[in-house]
Amino acid sequence: MTLQITQTLDARGLSCPMPIVKTAQAIKTVAPGALIEVLATDPGSVKDFAAWSRTTGNELVEQTADGGVFRFVLRRK
Amino acid sequence: MTTPTFEQAVFPPLDPLATAVADVDGWPEAAPAPDDATPTKTKELVIVDWSGDLDKIWPVLILSSTAAASGVRCRVFVTFWGLLPFVKDDKRIVGDNWMQKMLTLMQRPGIDHLKLSKMNFMGMGPWMMGTLRKQYNVASPRELLEAATAMGVEFIPCQMTMDMFGLKREDLIDEMGEPAGAATAIEIMTEADASLFI
Repeated sequence: MTLQITQTLDARGLSCPMPIVKTAQAIKTVAPGALIEVLATDPGSVKDFAAWSRTTGNELVEQTADGGVFRFVLRRK
Repeated sequence: MTTPTFEQAVFPPLDPLATAVADVDGWPEAAPAPDDATPTKTKELVIVDWSGDLDKIWPVLILSSTAAASGVRCRVFVTFWGLLPFVKDDKRIVGDNWMQKMLTLMQRPGIDHLKLSKMNFMGMGPWMMGTLRKQYNVASPRELLEAATAMGVEFIPCQMTMDMFGLKREDLIDEMGEPAGAATAIEIMTEADASLFI
């Protein structure tokens, strides 16, 4: 089953905390329940997106790594 | 069933044991069960930003912008050396008398003119830090400050420091809130879920 992604945010190359800051800004532009996809290369983002998801309640639906690129799919609360 | 005393009626028991005992006794039927629909209080972070050094204002801005990004209300009480980075870009020497002017002559104000608390080496340290920052694509204090204010972080300047340094409200960036004092700092710190002094 493929996920219906509403928006993709390219945060590759950015360092902490910008992937999270930009994700927080981007997720506000989609409707509640919609999915956004974030691409990041910061290795710290693996733990940070999980923490951010717990703090904000936006669900971390999927998380994959390909080469040095991490992909997070988040559902807006 | 026992009749609730005045104290039980006014102050419902909070500890689990008392609640369990009260349940056995059939009391309190009137006390509402916690409602899942009740919105929980927004978490709050307060940072006292005392230092104007690059290596300290950086974590202040990283933590405050991340707090706002995480839905945590963040207020930063900006005091003493912490105020100088919040002076507008076009201000160079501020203050009314020579001592106040001397302060900003020795420590250039503004978010782009920060020194390191250690290994400053007449500006060599900050220059190297800036080069490393660009090399590793880390956001600058300026970018972080813009993100923080855009996401609603509240920066509260300390009135007493402003008076002592000869800083006027219009010397500080427009995004700053109304100046306040120590009692305001204490109030917001004691109400917050976490507070930091940096």
